[in-house]
Amino acid sequence: MEDSRPIFLQIAELLENSILDGTLAEEGQVPSTNELAAFHRINPATAAKGVNKLVDDGTLYKKRGIGMFVSSGARAKLRGRRRDEFARQYVQPLLTEARKLGIEPAELKNMIDAKGESR
Amino acid sequence: MSAVIAVTDLTKRYRGVTALDGISFSLAENRIHGLLGRNGAGKTTLMQILTGQHFATSGQVSVFGQHPYENEQVLARMSFIKESQTYPTNLRVTHVLRAARLVYPSWNEEFAQRLVEVFQLPRGRNVRKLSRGMLSALGIVVGLASRAPLTFFDEPYLGLDAVARQHFYDHLLADYTEHPRTIVLSTHLIDEVSDLIEHVLLLDRGRLLLDVEAEALRGQVVTVSGPVAAVQEFARTGTELHRASLGGTTRLTVRGDFGPAAQDRARALGLVLEASSLQDIVVRLSTATDSSTPTPAGVTSEETIR
Repeated sequence: MEDSRPIFLQIAELLENSILDGTLAEEGQVPSTNELAAFHRINPATAAKGVNKLVDDGTLYKKRGIGMFVSSGARAKLRGRRRDEFARQYVQPLLTEARKLGIEPAELKNMIDAKGESR
Repeated sequence: MSAVIAVTDLTKRYRGVTALDGISFSLAENRIHGLLGRNGAGKTTLMQILTGQHFATSGQVSVFGQHPYENEQVLARMSFIKESQTYPTNLRVTHVLRAARLVYPSWNEEFAQRLVEVFQLPRGRNVRKLSRGMLSALGIVVGLASRAPLTFFDEPYLGLDAVARQHFYDHLLADYTEHPRTIVLSTHLIDEVSDLIEHVLLLDRGRLLLDVEAEALRGQVVTVSGPVAAVQEFARTGTELHRASLGGTTRLTVRGDFGPAAQDRARALGLVLEASSLQDIVVRLSTATDSSTPTPAGVTSEETIR
């Protein structure tokens, strides 16, 4: 793992991403902590911590003796949470950089619109 | 979680050298512990005392609740793989494995044979004719297949190439997952093991500098760079470890609890923030032999605290 944040948070985020993009379906089974540990080459206790974080916030639930599953409605909930983070993670740095270059907010809006149309 | 090893105020002196200087710590059961530090920091001395091969000058050592020295009950439950293991002359690889099978109660022959294939060890060859890397691989096979409840690996891979080292990590992790046990891994290749170890002990000149969860350390030491005033403002709450300046730009390495909002704060101040790897942290915290880092004119660099 290259990222500077704790590995268990990165594991939790990777699972969240898979749920958001549909790789992990709601009510689908999640890889076991041992599988995650072997795949990412990390300590199994760390992988378990990441999975447990998602169990604690209700994204995943445990079926005793079988494994971990994605909760119903997890995708919509994650989407809501990630939208809140979007402003902080992407919009704020965009504004900071724009200010440094002397780009006015109105000009920035035009740039976004132009980019959006050209897609 | 119970402690497998408990050390209290351990000191080891020999011939006027203080190898261990009053260190205390405990190691929890069934975890992978990283024992880090520079050459001469005291890592091997510590492991020798823990495995009953050396006497402490003073202090208490308890392994599985008992003193390890000449204690059959304790010694039978541990395996110590040394950097340069020497074997009696005329032993072949198969002889070493057969001896290990007799010595280690938890030895798994099937696993040992599988590892011999993985590391492509020539079974019939005399151990004295093995290459440096093969000798290390043999030690790793013995250390892993012994499945001892307490396994020490002291810099186990001298001469091993990157591929073989990755084999070691993968098999260590897989077998540890299946058969949890306490592992103490001493190494200089910190970046390679930083995701495997759960707990870090950092020794420096006989003193214990860190006794911390690896996850807690991640993001605790950061390097921030930008205009001097903004850098100062950002680093206000942390402990300065290293500073380098070029003109009005400063790069500062600081230790502190910056939290998840650190990235946002740095961005708002127009600074570049990088988290230090475990290896960087160890380098910054360990004592430099020569404190003046060579720098071209115009650049200043200083280790701020010791």
